[in-house]
Amino acid sequence: MSMSGIMSFSILGTGMSVPENIVTNDDLSKLVETSDEWISQRVGVKERRISTTETAVDMACEAALAALENSGVKPEELDLILAATISSETICPSVSCMVQKRIGANCMAYDINAACSAFLYLLETAAGYFARNKVKKVLVVGTERLSKLLDWTDRGTCVIFGDGAGAAVLGEGSGYHDSVFTVVGGDEVIKIPNYIGDSPFFKGEAEPPHIRMNGQETFKYAVNAIVSDVRHILVNSGLSGEDIAHIVPHQANKRIIDSAAKRLGIDYEKFYMNIDRYGNTSSASIPIALDEMNRKGMLKRGDKIILTAFGGGLSNAACLITW
Amino acid sequence: MTIFEKLAEIIAEKVDCDVSEIKPETKFDSLGIDSLDITEIVMSVEDEFGIEIEVSSDLVCVSDLVNKIEELTN
Repeated sequence: MSMSGIMSFSILGTGMSVPENIVTNDDLSKLVETSDEWISQRVGVKERRISTTETAVDMACEAALAALENSGVKPEELDLILAATISSETICPSVSCMVQKRIGANCMAYDINAACSAFLYLLETAAGYFARNKVKKVLVVGTERLSKLLDWTDRGTCVIFGDGAGAAVLGEGSGYHDSVFTVVGGDEVIKIPNYIGDSPFFKGEAEPPHIRMNGQETFKYAVNAIVSDVRHILVNSGLSGEDIAHIVPHQANKRIIDSAAKRLGIDYEKFYMNIDRYGNTSSASIPIALDEMNRKGMLKRGDKIILTAFGGGLSNAACLITW
Repeated sequence: MTIFEKLAEIIAEKVDCDVSEIKPETKFDSLGIDSLDITEIVMSVEDEFGIEIEVSSDLVCVSDLVNKIEELTN
């Protein structure tokens, strides 16, 4: 999908927010039978932020305000707020509506649920509004308090995830290019059951509302997703790995990124990683990574960057942006 | 080349050892291969043999995987 002649967007600024509380692998080895060595080797996480008081909305607001400041955009200039979450405190109001109120914006706002791929869905949805000239400034934010969805007695999952939020402000421009989205629907590999309710009429059985995952099948799906999506973007855009300044993958497991990088044959240094410090923060992982890279001065105007994500759904997606 | 020989090559490349060290009865964990390494080996096998294998915890030694490949290629 070439955007030539059609208005797209550029990222004007980024922001992030994580809880203050740091939980190390040694801390976790006091809760479940695990070790720093096992977690570091199998997942690549050293520590993660776990909320003690911060809510998904709190983190979303802090990330949003940081992104607005970074971009020089005022809340009242926003035409649309899109939030992604699977772990907010309320089903209604949505996170985006609470962010709208708290930061002092007065635009439309709604949430998108696409699990760990959701940040890509936020960008794609925003691109449609820009293409129709419906918006000039958009706030996108991914926020997760995944710690509330974890089975803290399951050493296979509770060591992987963390809490946090990342945001970006988008403005009219030509920085969003090709994108690819895939859904392979099914609940066998990754599933988070919802509260079943207490209707006296419903006969279904309640399941624990925790993240359940088949690690090996997730690994396979994720590696194949990154490899095929990055290849698709490169071929469609007439680019090679050398033309790409950075690849920002969803931070699910260091071994997934290692394996995909090897299979793609693209310089390992181009894959940004911070999973060692935050764990897997689902929809927040890519905007948190972008904000870190932005504030470290790693991103230069004109840099071509591929974002690539995968997760529950199952779903996977990638896009090419110019900084 | 037999299925076992091809698989031994894939495993030797993955763990960076001599192919002669890999026998049908060799256990994956004796080569320092963990569950995610097995998944990666299965993915290489899928590419090599054009089959799809469900990754499961019953893959303990090299011959387990050979049997699975034989099942799916016959």
